[in-house]
Amino acid sequence: MKKYWHVMKIGTENMLVYRFNFFFRAAVSLLPLLATIYLWQTIYRGQKPEVAGYSLAAMISYYLLVTIVDTLTAVNEDDWQIAADIKDGNISQFLLKPIDYLAYRICLFLSGKLIFAAVSIVPVGLFMFCFRHYFVAPPGWALTGCCLLSVLLTGLLQFFMSYTMALLAFWLLEVSTIIFILFAFEYIAGGHLFPLNILPPGLEMALNCTPFPYLLYFPVSVYLGQVRGAELGRGLIIQAGWVILFYFVARWVWRRGIRTYTAVGG
Amino acid sequence: MSFRSAKPAGQLRRHLGIYHALWRNSVAREMSFKSNFLLWLVVEFLWFGLQLSFISVIYLHTDHIGDWTKWQVLMLVGASHFIQQIFQAFFLTNCTQLSELIRTGKLDFMLLLPVNTRFLISLRQVDLGGFVNAASALAVVAYAARQLHLAPSAGQAVGFLLLCGAGIVVHYSLMFLLASVAFWTVRAQGIVWGYYNLFNIARLPDAAFHGFFKAFFRFAIPMLLVANVPVKLLIRPFESPWEMALLVGMSAVCFALSELFWRVSVKRYTSASA
Repeated sequence: MKKYWHVMKIGTENMLVYRFNFFFRAAVSLLPLLATIYLWQTIYRGQKPEVAGYSLAAMISYYLLVTIVDTLTAVNEDDWQIAADIKDGNISQFLLKPIDYLAYRICLFLSGKLIFAAVSIVPVGLFMFCFRHYFVAPPGWALTGCCLLSVLLTGLLQFFMSYTMALLAFWLLEVSTIIFILFAFEYIAGGHLFPLNILPPGLEMALNCTPFPYLLYFPVSVYLGQVRGAELGRGLIIQAGWVILFYFVARWVWRRGIRTYTAVGG
Repeated sequence: MSFRSAKPAGQLRRHLGIYHALWRNSVAREMSFKSNFLLWLVVEFLWFGLQLSFISVIYLHTDHIGDWTKWQVLMLVGASHFIQQIFQAFFLTNCTQLSELIRTGKLDFMLLLPVNTRFLISLRQVDLGGFVNAASALAVVAYAARQLHLAPSAGQAVGFLLLCGAGIVVHYSLMFLLASVAFWTVRAQGIVWGYYNLFNIARLPDAAFHGFFKAFFRFAIPMLLVANVPVKLLIRPFESPWEMALLVGMSAVCFALSELFWRVSVKRYTSASA
């Protein structure tokens, strides 16, 4: 375990180099968020007080929460780095050392998220402060706990899915297109653009059969109190199920990939 | 750094000749990665479809945003995509590569070539996929126009394309300006990435905004003009000619600023290698 602790320490130090980059990224990505909020404010103005069951405050809270969960869980550079490691032959050293590449990568992911979250606190926090009037209060201790658990699972699912996609670099020269295609699905079916329950019910049900809502939407809807009781328990179990499934898929793809790996340039 | 030939006409013909060679080069490069080329088209189609579905979902729950109806906004998304893709086809990769040219010292060779350096850097590569995507965007604009029962005159159509051109100049100038920051700091790539967030604002109807936000994105960074103004020429002609003048004016200002910054930056350039 101690070696992975070292990986995290080194990872954290490495990530600190990018702090201004992270800061800039976090700050600038608030612009489209601000635009979306203004857009919804305009829609609500001079119209019925609710859109698909959302008051204006709930709608704005939704986007603010999406931003927070996204900051805490989204994969930033990890998939590109993993693909590059494979392409450049850097993973050869991991095959020789008693270090598990997946565990190594999780450590780097966690330390990266730690720094990213720490740096983002300033711009995101300031933004939240400006919109505090709209922010829906937390739903009570139990639900908040479930929400945090769900955020953790979201992070793991994000990581395992990206990891698996990046491993396609064993077979493909260019994985960036595949990563962008997956990202597009995640963007719309994960709830980045709008809350999924403003969709027609049939479509929403279909999306719930995919892992995408568990990449972002689910923890947010828990916080907003839209999922309660038995439904909440079921949701968490499904989310954990996706995490476990993608963990095994990641392991399996890695084993297959290693067999075709030729250590180009390594 | 430009090489002065006796006649401006000869100068132009020479640059056209060079550009012709650059095109042939780019086409050859793209065609050697065919499957990758096709996959990028899929990526762009998906993201375009995503923007269109976002608007469609919003209009399931409302029938207007400010004074914009559903098909008007879809036309706006299409026009914005058209402008962005043409910009991408000609300039985007070239702008993002500037920091790499500086970091590796390859810029030295370009500065030595007897041709305008900015011309060469800005137009080195052509991204052919951008034209395919731009065509799909125009198809959406045309379909939306049909849904709105618009029959634009030839003048309107030409005006639309010219205003789109002004929008492309705005995108190009601002992106080039940001890329030139690489002369001052090595890590300029993040800054270029940040520009993507501005594209997101360009495809939203200006009526959704007010106050400082609206003023800032019209008079400082004219994102709310780039696509809004050409579309308004089609849907509400003659309503606000001053906005058209503003877009054209802003594109000239942006271009002048980027040229000024470029000249100052190059003067300061000391080369990274040896």
